[in-house]
Amino acid sequence: MSGQTTQTAARTAASPDPVAGDLIGSGVEGGLGDQITAWVQRVRGGDMGALPAIAGLIFLAILFGILSPYFLTPINFANLMNQAASLVVLGMALVFVLLLGEIDLSAGVTGGVSMAAFVVLNVKAGIPWPLALIAGFGVGLATGALIGFLVARVGIPSFVVTLGLFLGYQGLALLIIGAGGLYPINAPELIALQNGRLPVWGGWVMLAVMLAISAATSFWDRARRTRAGVPNRAISLVWIKLGVIAVLGGAAVAILNLNRSQSVIPIEGVPTIVPVVLAILWVGTFALDRTRFGRYVYAIGGNAEAARRSGIKVRWVKWWCFVICSGLAVVAGLFAQARIGSVDGAAGRDIVLSGVAAAVVGGVSLFGGRGRLVHAAIGALVIASITNGLGLLRLEAGINLLVTGGVLILAATVDALSRLRSGNVRS
Amino acid sequence: MTEPIIQLRGVTKAFGPVSVLKGVDLTVRPGKVTALVGDNGAGKSTLIKGLAGVQPYDDGEVLIDGVHHDLHSPREAGALGIEVVYQDLALCDNLDIVQNMFLGREELSAGTFDEGRMERDASDTLRSLSVRTVKSVRQKVSSLSGGQRQTVAIARAVLKKARVVILDEPTAALGVAQTEQVLNLVRRLSDQGVAVVLISHNLADVFAVADDIAVLYLGQMVAQVETADTTRDDVVGYITGTKVPAGVDLLGTSNISIGEGA
Repeated sequence: MSGQTTQTAARTAASPDPVAGDLIGSGVEGGLGDQITAWVQRVRGGDMGALPAIAGLIFLAILFGILSPYFLTPINFANLMNQAASLVVLGMALVFVLLLGEIDLSAGVTGGVSMAAFVVLNVKAGIPWPLALIAGFGVGLATGALIGFLVARVGIPSFVVTLGLFLGYQGLALLIIGAGGLYPINAPELIALQNGRLPVWGGWVMLAVMLAISAATSFWDRARRTRAGVPNRAISLVWIKLGVIAVLGGAAVAILNLNRSQSVIPIEGVPTIVPVVLAILWVGTFALDRTRFGRYVYAIGGNAEAARRSGIKVRWVKWWCFVICSGLAVVAGLFAQARIGSVDGAAGRDIVLSGVAAAVVGGVSLFGGRGRLVHAAIGALVIASITNGLGLLRLEAGINLLVTGGVLILAATVDALSRLRSGNVRS
Repeated sequence: MTEPIIQLRGVTKAFGPVSVLKGVDLTVRPGKVTALVGDNGAGKSTLIKGLAGVQPYDDGEVLIDGVHHDLHSPREAGALGIEVVYQDLALCDNLDIVQNMFLGREELSAGTFDEGRMERDASDTLRSLSVRTVKSVRQKVSSLSGGQRQTVAIARAVLKKARVVILDEPTAALGVAQTEQVLNLVRRLSDQGVAVVLISHNLADVFAVADDIAVLYLGQMVAQVETADTTRDDVVGYITGTKVPAGVDLLGTSNISIGEGA
């Protein structure tokens, strides 16, 4: 009798029942302290995410704050948002191809040519601006489809395809606009995208919506994990995350709601472009984190052959990434041109390497498979701060290019070193 | 004896004038480990690729559960419960264990990932294989050892409810302790009623876990014998062609047939 019991007990111990018993860990165990320890370990293991960029941003704020009395003023903060918007979107566009381990050097000029087509159709051909804008987006998406076809189907390296387009589209923009030409954007609604402001209460509503979405997704995820019977992270982490958004977002909204006018007409409120860019960031992040498409983008960047053997349509996913990249590049082009209110033949020519720099500085890997949209957004703020700060110091333009180039190489070095560190190198 | 799950009868495959499989028979039974051995170029990989649907056979018959099937794509093979764990593992380093195990067939609810359910299923599968070496199912695969990666790759096949798991050189790159882990895993897999086909050059591994041993020699199945009824010397003899079991005619030692076909 007792022997039988012992035997049963021994068998249970040897092959635990898959439903009962302890789960294998999932990295969410323990309280706040354990989570912080685990995070520190990940960072030391080379998984630094946007940390270097955030540190850089703080460093630049202090540096330029000391060197220039204007850098840390509400009006410059609002200006910085407007200047950075285009680069933020371009950086996010490039994330989609960088995650695959590809690159799109033509993203800037794709935006430029699309904007050139838009203004020429609108101003010269007299087509109403919404239709002309749709046509402009059509040009950009067709470009993405072409790049995607040449890279994913024909198998030409993306570097070569997009370098070719980078040269060709500079010519195309000149041909569309005409040498030395310049067309205005005759659409107040588009100009308002960059030069409009939310009412003071609008900024607070925006922040409330952000907090509500963040809280809703956090608690929805927790409920789903509970239903599946797996543990959740300590709930204090959710409150900390919401607290950080509330404090930082609240501070930003409060500063942007101050009257920053230097004349009698008040200028106050969050620039319209801020919620627009945040909405693009949220939709893109949702797609990359929570849908099959996004997971497959990461999988292809990690190991394309593994993705193929798992039944993923690798070429199709790649093609879509180039289309999305070009589509967002047109948005970036629109933001850049709407800020200055016109389009010339050189539109989008100089911005693309800044876009790549933004993504890489933010912690998106050039080797594929690692990085998030928010990293590119933070990286873009770093690059835009450098441009803005050096501009305030009235240094020569050459210095700006030198510094931006240096930062790009520095960021790529950090990327390569952290890759070595995490042992993520395949021969 | 249990009914075979896979029966190959006289399958052939040629690449141009090179005939790689010259009428091969193979029987694979559920709950048994069938070792497939043979020297380099004997046709092991070609035989497996045919079963995986990657490279269909030219001729011959494939019976699954006694029913004739033509395997033309990995999807068809997968639908019949045949999964191959390739030597180069096919895992994504930048994804975690759960993400790798569910890659290509993620669980959704309300259109987005149900991470909780996937995590639990992955965890259950690993535990059903008595895996104890993995600390967290949310570890990135890049942080795993060779043996752990092999474990994840096998668990991935099990998660798909595979009835036949084909392991291509699972221990080739592993140390002693990790080889032991993987062989234990193979044993447990067959204890669960899965038919395991183990391709290996390592006869020690083969004799440790296999129920029967199938030997390919230059595209011909020279023997499929129960491990208990044979010896290491015999198997080495079959592999190198110095020994031929009674009743088997070798079709000639050249793979290249001149003047045939085209």
